[in-house]
Amino acid sequence: MAGQFHVDAGFMPLFDSAVLIAAREIGFAEREGVDLTLHRETSWANIRDRIAIGHFDVAHMLGPMPIACNLGLTPLSSDTIVPFALGLGGNCITVSNAVWEGMQALGAEPDLDPMKAGAALRGFIAERSAAGRDPLRFAVTHPHSGHHYELGYWLAACGIDPRRDVDIVIVPPPFMADALAAGRIDGYCVGEPWNSASVARGTGHIATVKAAIWRNSPEKVLGVRKSWAEDNDAGLAALLRALHLAARWCQDPRNHADLAGLMARPEFLGLPPDMQMPVLSGQLNVGDGMLRRVEDLFVPFDKAANFPWKSHALWFYTQMVRWGQIEHSAAHAQIVRECYRPDLYRAALKPLGVALPGANAKVEGALKTATPVGSAGASLVLGPDGFFDGQMFDPDRIEDYMASQQAATSV
Amino acid sequence: MAAPSLSILVIDENRIRAAVIEAGLREAGHERITVIHDVAGIARRIAEIEPDVIVIDLENPNRDMLENMFQLSRAVKRPIAMFVDRSDQAAIEAAVEAGVSAYVVDGLRQERVKPILDMAVSRFNAFSRMSRELEEMRGELQGRKLVDKAKRILMQSRGLSEDEAYALLRKTAMNQNRKISEIADSLITAASLLGPQEGN
Repeated sequence: MAGQFHVDAGFMPLFDSAVLIAAREIGFAEREGVDLTLHRETSWANIRDRIAIGHFDVAHMLGPMPIACNLGLTPLSSDTIVPFALGLGGNCITVSNAVWEGMQALGAEPDLDPMKAGAALRGFIAERSAAGRDPLRFAVTHPHSGHHYELGYWLAACGIDPRRDVDIVIVPPPFMADALAAGRIDGYCVGEPWNSASVARGTGHIATVKAAIWRNSPEKVLGVRKSWAEDNDAGLAALLRALHLAARWCQDPRNHADLAGLMARPEFLGLPPDMQMPVLSGQLNVGDGMLRRVEDLFVPFDKAANFPWKSHALWFYTQMVRWGQIEHSAAHAQIVRECYRPDLYRAALKPLGVALPGANAKVEGALKTATPVGSAGASLVLGPDGFFDGQMFDPDRIEDYMASQQAATSV
Repeated sequence: MAAPSLSILVIDENRIRAAVIEAGLREAGHERITVIHDVAGIARRIAEIEPDVIVIDLENPNRDMLENMFQLSRAVKRPIAMFVDRSDQAAIEAAVEAGVSAYVVDGLRQERVKPILDMAVSRFNAFSRMSRELEEMRGELQGRKLVDKAKRILMQSRGLSEDEAYALLRKTAMNQNRKISEIADSLITAASLLGPQEGN
């Protein structure tokens, strides 16, 4: 039965490719009859191009990337669907020592509290602006990324207009720490271990984390070329089962040392295993040796982390509209709803008898505590999933949500 | 011939390959060519050069940054899009397979851009072939050195002639279904572990 289905998968050397890598290296793919070949890439643009021309069938992708593809926002687009998410969380926002000192003088503390850090940053930006200095420059990894949208969300909710009060530029993750140390940027939002990298060098402080801005929020996904999925439904289902088992393995603390060792190999991240531990343990050195424990820093499996919620896709879309990447229309929203495919997730996992969410979308930010939910199969716990500013996102009322955000940011 | 010559920017961290591309473009009659190896400060350079066509290698990790800049930056006065007519699947595949991508300013006619892309693709392929051949030659040379050394060890330790030593290595390689250079390598390692040998 080995090698019944052949799948070519692209990935970027980032920690959240772990589920895909474990599926192959720990043998879950093989056990499901999937001959999974992994291809390491150097840019998201390459992943997009190679999935479009058929070199890859599936790939590790930024959650908003398949949506941007299907909306025609990218130079080379192909219909791409998302039947599986590769985890929740994993990112932090790091600032330079100079910015951190300025923020500390205005009340920021090394507690990762987004509200306090944001208020201090707002004050610091106002001081700089009054002194006639250039706006601070923040880097994200891609315009269509969770990093970009959560940074923008955090800034805007703290009264900082990301379009006017700061410059936002794109820097590849492995170059973030260097760019910060060299003073080319003043801060950045990226996945681990590229935040801990600046802290370890003594050139940056972690100001806040994705898990505090929006707890248990979407990040990377498995993007699948739609035409391939249609022609290979059995192969895709087998792959999703392998990924499900791999994700469960990645979540289990007993496997964390093995996982860190696996990801450290030169063909994957090529970084020492101890650099992978903060994201797995949730124990972050935020700067100056201050250790903070972050709940749900990165969640590869628990909390239905792999379920492709349509509300996640729609939230990304509202932020694309918010920051002027696309005009809202009913047709666009429909394309977004059809991009994430919980139906394929359920169909593939049903034979395993595991807990499956019954709904395709949820009100994001509604769960203040971990909550057992109605699901098919075994019991399932979701959340908490709150936004730090207490807002909620109802996927049935996206226009109201977008209108309230426009009003808030244009003040 | 009324159209003014195109300004072409080549971004490639590999200096030799960049030179190969530049030479090809010059042979094809292009004169306004700029080559950049390092993307630091590239926005300013693009504003100065105002390129019509940008050729970039796919290994470059800064592609996401560049694409974003082409779409948004104030440095870019005219919008720049990815090269080809999207319907030309064969051209897209050829470029991605060769490891090159090109971006052109909006409104440039396809027939003016296509020859540039075709040239870049063929030069990228030629460069890969050259690198591969060079790699093979290096491997061969390395292998020959190992075999020579292994022969000397056998000649000294077992009193064989050079031909006999070579025949023994070849027979062992055939029996074990391995390359003769691998057998030589193992023998050299073993000899160095077993005692002082010349040449180590």
